[in-house]
This record gives sequence, structure tokens and C-alpha cells, in this order.
Amino acid sequence: MRRLRFLLEKEFRQIFRNKIILAMIVVIPTIQLIILPLAANYEVSNIQLAIVNHDHSQATTQFIQKILSSGYFKLKASSDSYDKMFHLLSKDQIDLILEIPNDFDKHLQRGEAQKLLIAVHAINGVKANLGASYLNEIIKDYSSQINLEFLEKNGGRSPQVLQISTSFWYNPLMKYKYFMVPGILAILVTMVGSYMSALNIVKEKEAGTIEQINVSSIRKYQFILGKLIPFWILGIMVFSIGLLVSRIIYGIVPQGNLPTLYLFIAIYLVAVLGLGLLISTFCDTQQQAMFIAFFFVMIFILLGGLFTPIDSMPEWAQFIAYANPVTYLIEVMRMVVLKGSGFADLKRHFLIVGAYAIGFNVLAVLNYRKTIN
Amino acid sequence: MKQLFAFIRKEFAHVLRDKKTLLILLGMPIAQILIFGFALSNEVKNARLIIWDQSQNAESRQLIHKIGNSKNFELVKYFHSEAELENVFKSNQAKIALIIGPGFDALAAPDRKQSMQIIADASDPNIAQTLNLYLRANIGQFQQENSPQLKPHFQITTEMRMLYNPQLKSAHNFVPGVMALIMMLVCVMMTAISIVREKESGTMEILLVSPLQPFMIVIAKTIPYLIISLVNITSILLLSVFLMDLPILGNIVLLYAECTLFIIACLSIGILISIKTESQQSAMLISLMGMMLPTLLFSGFMFPIENMPIPLQYISDVVPSKWFYIIVKSIMIKGLGFADIWKETCILFGTACFFILVSLKQFKIRLQ
Amino acid sequence: MNPVIKTVNLSKQFGNFTAVDSLNFEVYPGEIFGFLGANGAGKTTAIRMLCGLLKPSSGDAKVAGYDIYRETNHLKDNIGYMSQKFSLYEDLSIVENIRFYGGIYGLSDEQIKQKSKTFIEDLGLESQKNKMVQSLPLGWKQKLAFSIAMMHEPKIVFLDEPTAGVDPLSRRQFWDMIYAAAARKITMFITTHYMDEAEYCDRISIMVDGKMAAIDTPSSLKKQFELDSIDAVFLKLARGSSSPMQ
Repeated sequence: MRRLRFLLEKEFRQIFRNKIILAMIVVIPTIQLIILPLAANYEVSNIQLAIVNHDHSQATTQFIQKILSSGYFKLKASSDSYDKMFHLLSKDQIDLILEIPNDFDKHLQRGEAQKLLIAVHAINGVKANLGASYLNEIIKDYSSQINLEFLEKNGGRSPQVLQISTSFWYNPLMKYKYFMVPGILAILVTMVGSYMSALNIVKEKEAGTIEQINVSSIRKYQFILGKLIPFWILGIMVFSIGLLVSRIIYGIVPQGNLPTLYLFIAIYLVAVLGLGLLISTFCDTQQQAMFIAFFFVMIFILLGGLFTPIDSMPEWAQFIAYANPVTYLIEVMRMVVLKGSGFADLKRHFLIVGAYAIGFNVLAVLNYRKTIN
Repeated sequence: MKQLFAFIRKEFAHVLRDKKTLLILLGMPIAQILIFGFALSNEVKNARLIIWDQSQNAESRQLIHKIGNSKNFELVKYFHSEAELENVFKSNQAKIALIIGPGFDALAAPDRKQSMQIIADASDPNIAQTLNLYLRANIGQFQQENSPQLKPHFQITTEMRMLYNPQLKSAHNFVPGVMALIMMLVCVMMTAISIVREKESGTMEILLVSPLQPFMIVIAKTIPYLIISLVNITSILLLSVFLMDLPILGNIVLLYAECTLFIIACLSIGILISIKTESQQSAMLISLMGMMLPTLLFSGFMFPIENMPIPLQYISDVVPSKWFYIIVKSIMIKGLGFADIWKETCILFGTACFFILVSLKQFKIRLQ
Repeated sequence: MNPVIKTVNLSKQFGNFTAVDSLNFEVYPGEIFGFLGANGAGKTTAIRMLCGLLKPSSGDAKVAGYDIYRETNHLKDNIGYMSQKFSLYEDLSIVENIRFYGGIYGLSDEQIKQKSKTFIEDLGLESQKNKMVQSLPLGWKQKLAFSIAMMHEPKIVFLDEPTAGVDPLSRRQFWDMIYAAAARKITMFITTHYMDEAEYCDRISIMVDGKMAAIDTPSSLKKQFELDSIDAVFLKLARGSSSPMQ
């Protein structure tokens, strides 16, 4: 145990002398937390709409007003010519084109069916498609509205009025940032933890100092612990700084209780550091370690439900997602911060991450050979 | 010239010998394309739903049956109190809840208003919105099916035309983005690290003393990564075309030419980084944070640039990958020709020249 | 006298290549033993096996009385090792390096303090003791690494090319340190390319193609081969090697 103390002393000395690591711990996460949520904005608003209006009746003008008043769209251009608007769309300046045919209102009044054309710039995934659905909904709404009015005026029997109210829980302001920031903090902790521990043992291998360790009677587990503990402490620091930054800049205050959150992070860090250490036992150069760590972390992040929901993934991908420790951290972060979930709600998450923590580290210890075969 | 080839051959040997890294360099684009192409999607289906049926009559059961059958929702369970609802949400068992008020009747008298409540977990606001819309649509449909057959007087229908991407394949969006990302990774990070490594281990000096022009040595080091990047682009294109039915509408030669231009720009950035940094760690850090992250964020393939605050939009103008992304999209998906992208090409060309010149200058300063 | 190293048919194969072929030899306490051989002759492989860093393919060996297969941890408590790279932490100071290795070897705080004082005084590094090892010239790093390898008073110290690239004056001083240690009955097992250093050893062995081609005192070897210098003896034996590297 005493030897462990010396190992730890050395690690801390080296860490605090290494300006790069210090930058990684404090500066980078802060910058990322600030810029990432600003950039990673999937909120659907400001959809650039172009209207090709061949019918200038008052009713149509009202119709267009209704669309614009929904707040989702910005009228970028309007014209008589579809081609002109298409040209703008091909320059990526327009997301949707709505074309209203000639004498739209007149035909409608006569009871003839009318077709509206919605042209969608479909390369741009989320925004344009969601925008098209919204536009569709508004049009449908408008349609039922004028039909109802017509019925009422003519004394017909209207279908019953169903009052459906919707309430949005946990994020009533519907701010996408509240959803992203905890997730981003999760991947930050993951990246810092795994990269630093992956590089560390390899650096000693490259410098040759690992031979002295191998030649001494230090036990493998002592050596691994000596590497784990300093970076674990750093990881907790990064996390805490991250929470602070989230609170100051975004006003995000965790709804759930902090001890639960910290307990989970503590276990999660052990898992992620263990993964880094395991990777470093396989590599001989920092380049290799960095690359392999980067590869795995990237896959974990993509399949972790940060940017796209896990529920939307095909079965095989969901399987991988639920075998991925990062998924659980992202879920826990969102659940505790936004919904105030408690330990009981997270039992499964604790269990799985705990298993990884033990698994990765045991493998790292087993794989680290002081004596090569 | 012959000497240059000898050097290039040696550099190739280095790269090929490191099998682990090579595997990842070649395998990463494939993994990314597979994930983006087949695993990631924003489509909402089988959303977990819970229901509180306060009516418990034939109509409400019909409605529940209909909703349960739709592909959008999966009825997970019934609940009977708000406390239960909270528990379900807090443990992520469902994303949306429907409360059917007492006395549900699709054909009630006009003056009797029924109530229904939708409660959505808005942690993910987009999903919540979408689910809300879908649920309302479902209920609305149910209503229409059960009302007396009344043909609405005003019939408005919509025709949706998906431009450039009729099957709504997200591949069109991300494939160019993945290309940019991979090239950044290989050309900037790998190049920077491998040159700095020589500096760290001291073998750089040996090279500098050789008869070959010093800067030529650095160029020789980048050639393997140029080739690897071209191989990666080819595998990405092959996967996209054959596995994901992505068309290449434009001129392939033009596409490869633009890719090569982008590669050269990235390589020159990598060289500059390697000249200015002293350790592998810092080279890695700068490449990751300074180049890859901005590429991910600001090239426009993952997040819409128009949504960002104006200062960030300016930053995105400075990121070379953004222009590359536009070029590739234009050629591959819109089938445009050089005339339409000459502006962006110039920007890339200018970027490459700029970094090459700066690197040259810095390199000479170093040698002094 | 019990040998501090005893090997019986110690061998190591890497695939088809035999790096070390049936080594049989003994080294006695307090000896300065020179382990010579050309590059690729198997020296480093043999040392690594004796230090418990590499598992042999076959054969047995006991170092400091401990079996190299089953008792590596005890073995390691009783040996010192100085590798070609010196293995000091460049980003730690002299004092910090001493403190770290002392702790790793199990010395008490008091012992560490004492050793630290002694080393720094003996090496004349008082003014540099808080500087990073990175800033030390090669000769000093080497002497410091040697002192550290001996800090826990091991029975035997393995030195793998300890004077490679070091200036002649430092080399001379280094050998003074080796003599002093041998006088304290600490065995010195040294590999070197400098044939003049071979003359300083009590006994030397010469490895060729993984086998031990000769083992005796320097003077006996010279007499045996009727040559004037160990350099000549070495060249003669090495030229008979089947390895293309000669």
C-alpha cells in the first residue's frame, strides 16, 4: 500500500507539470460546453419558406397569414414564378416552397378539390422534413377550420368538438439546450477520461520508464490503481466544472439529487478509465492508443443516443447501444438533471455500468504483463 | 526525384507496418458510414405510450386499439394516477401519455365537450412535439372515421415533393460530411502526429542532414496519407453507391479532383501543426480540438448552420470543411458542374496555398 | 560460495529464431561480470530473462537464489536494473526521481532521505537537485540511474550498455562507482560494446549466435587465444558467427 502512495505522488507531480493535460481538463471542456450547445441546435424554427402564389384573393392572403403566424416559418421570398423560387432553393437559401394554384379560393368555394404543392429541400434532414410536417398540419388545421365555419353557417351538424390539451413536462420551454447540455457533458467526461488514461501507460512504454516498474516487485494491481486514481480525481473535477458551467451559462440546475449523480459518475469514471487502460495495454505507441481510443469513443458516442434517439435505431443498433456504457451515462444525465430521477429509477443503469467498471479493469490488470511470454 | 521516391517508399513502409493504426484508418470510414447510414435516424416509430382510460367504454377501447396498432406508438401499459405517471416518466419507461376523460363518445351531441389530455416528456423537445402531432393526428383520424359521413365542403389536399432526395434518405446529408471528417482525421491529425513523433525521438535531425531538401522530406511524409485518404474516399463512395443507393449525379473526375484539393489543404494544415508543436500530445490535442471538432460542428452536415447564432456562422465560414461539404453535395447529389462551384473551389485552393506558404515560412524559421 | 546467477540450459526462441541457445553459466557474489557479444547475439534477451522481464522457452535459472519462473517478485526485490534508456522520469526532478524509486523499492522515508542526501552529495548535484532530469547531461543521468538502481542494496545489478554514448571522463567515473559497489559484495552484471571496459571485469563471457562462445577471466582468454586484447579475441570469435550481421 505504501508503494501505491509513491506511485500516486509521481503521477500527480507529472500531471500538474504537464500544461497540456491541465488545458485539457479545464479549458477544453469549458469551451466545448459553451460552443457545442450553441451549434448543436436541432430546434425547428426559422424555416425558410418561399411562396409561389398564383391566387391573390383575400382568403388566400388570410391563409398565408395563418401559416406565418405559427412562428415556425420565415417568409424568405415570394413570387409568381416557381422556377425563380426553385433557383433559390437550389442555392440552399430556401427550405420549403409552397405553391398555391390559380383561382384557389374560387374553386374551393365551388366545392372543387384543390391541391397545394409543397416542395421540400430534402437533403437537409431534420429541419426541412419537420418543417414540411408542420406546414401540412397547419394546412389541415386551416381546412378543418374553414369547414367547421361553413357547417356552422349552414346549420349542419358538426362533428363533436374534442378538446385535446397537451402539456409538456420537464422542459416546458421546449429548449433544446436543456436536452443537449447534459448529454454533451457526458461525452466530455467520457473523452477526457478515456483519452488520458489510454495515453498514459503508453507514454511510459515509449519513454522506457515502464521497464523499471516491471523490474521492481510492484504488483500489477498496484500499478493500475496508481494510474486509475489520479485520473479518476481529474474526471470528477472535469465533471464538477462542467456542472458549474452549465449552471452559470445555461441556468441548468439538476432537478434530481446531486449525490446520486456523483455516485453514478464515480462508477462510470472507473469504467471509462478502465477502458482507456485496457486499450493502452495493447498499444506500443501513443499514436496507436490515441487512434484506437478515438475509434471506440466515436462509435460509443454516435450510438449513445446523443444526437439521434435510440428508439429510432434498428434492432441490431439498439442492441449495440444498450451494450454501450456511454448510453447509460447520457440517459442518467438527462434523467437526473431534467426529470429528477432517483436511485430507484436508475437501478439498471448502475448495475450495468458497475459491471463494466469491474470488467474493464480486471481485463486491464490481467492483460498488463510485467513478464512477457 | 529518385531520392524523393526513396523517401516516399520508406514512409509507406512505416505506415504499413503499424497494422493496428492502419486498420483503424481504413476501417473508420466504413464504420461511420454504416452507422450513419443504417443506425442513425430521426424517424419516430414505436414510441412508448401509456394510457389512462377514464371512460372504459366501447368507444374508448376502440380508440386505444387504433392507436396501439399504429406504427408510431407502442402501448406499454395502463396507468391510474398521476403518481404512477411520474414514476413511468422518471424511469424512462414511456415518452408520452394519453388521458382519456370520462364519458368518451365519438358521436356526442355538439354541445358536450369531451376532454383528452396528452402529456409528453419534453426532455427531447423535438420528439415530444412530433409525438404530440402524431397522437393528435391519430385521434383526429379516429374522429373522422366515426363521424357521420360528411364530405367536407372545402377539400384541400397537399402534394409533397421531396427534392434531391425523393426517398428521404439521410445518406445524402451525411456522406459528404463523413468524407470531410475522415480526411480531417487522417490528413491533419495523423500527419501532424507522425511528423512530431520524429521530432520527439530525434530522428528528424537525421533526415534533415540528408541530401534531400528539408521541406521535400516533410512532403514525402504526407504522401502515404494522401493515398490512404483517396482509398478512404473510394471506399466511402463504393459503400454509399452500392449499399445505400446514393447516386453520383455529377462528374466523378471533378469529384476526385476536388477531394484531392481538400486533402492537400488538410495536409498543409497538418504540416503547420507539426512544425509549431513539440509533443505528440499537443499535436493530437490541437488537431482534435482545433480541426476535427469545428469540422463536426460547423461544416453543416450534423447541425444546420442557419440555426446558429451569427458569430458562430462566421466561424463556420473559416472552416474549410464547410466549403468542401457544399462542393461534394453539389457534385454528387445535385449533379452540378464546375461552373456552379468555382467560388468554393477557389476558397479551398486559397486555403491550401495559404497553409503551404505559411508552413514553408515557419519551417525555414525553425531551421535557422 | 553460492552463485548469485546460475543458469541451466536457458533458452529462448522467437518463432523459428533461436535468440538464446542453452546457456549454462554461473556468476559469483561480488564479481564484475562482463557480458559481451555483437548486436543480435542474444545479450539483451538473456538479461531480460534473468531479470524476470521475459519468460524463457526452456531451461532453468536462479537469480539471487530465486527461480525466474516462479519467484519473480522475490527476485525483483533483490536485483537492480539499469536499461539503455536510463529509465528516469524526465519530467520529474532529481530529488523526486530518487524519492519515487526509493518508495517503489520499499525503502522507509528515513532511508530515502538518507540515500537522497548521499547520492546528491556524492555526485555533486547539490545545486541541481530540484532541476528536471531532462536538463541533465547524459553522463550525469547515467550516474544517477546507477545510484538509483542500487538504492535498495540489491544482491546483483544488471547494467545494459550503461556507458553507451557517454564521454570518456564520465565513463571513468562510472567505473569507479562500479568498483566501489563490487567491493561491497554487490555483483555487477554488465553488457558493453567498449572492449577496453571488458578488461576491467573480473570475468567476461562472449555470446555468438545465442551461444556462449567463451567465458573466463580476460587474461586467461587472451592467453587461450594467443591475442593481445579482448578486442581481438572478440573479433576472432565473432567472425566465426553464422549470422549475416558480421
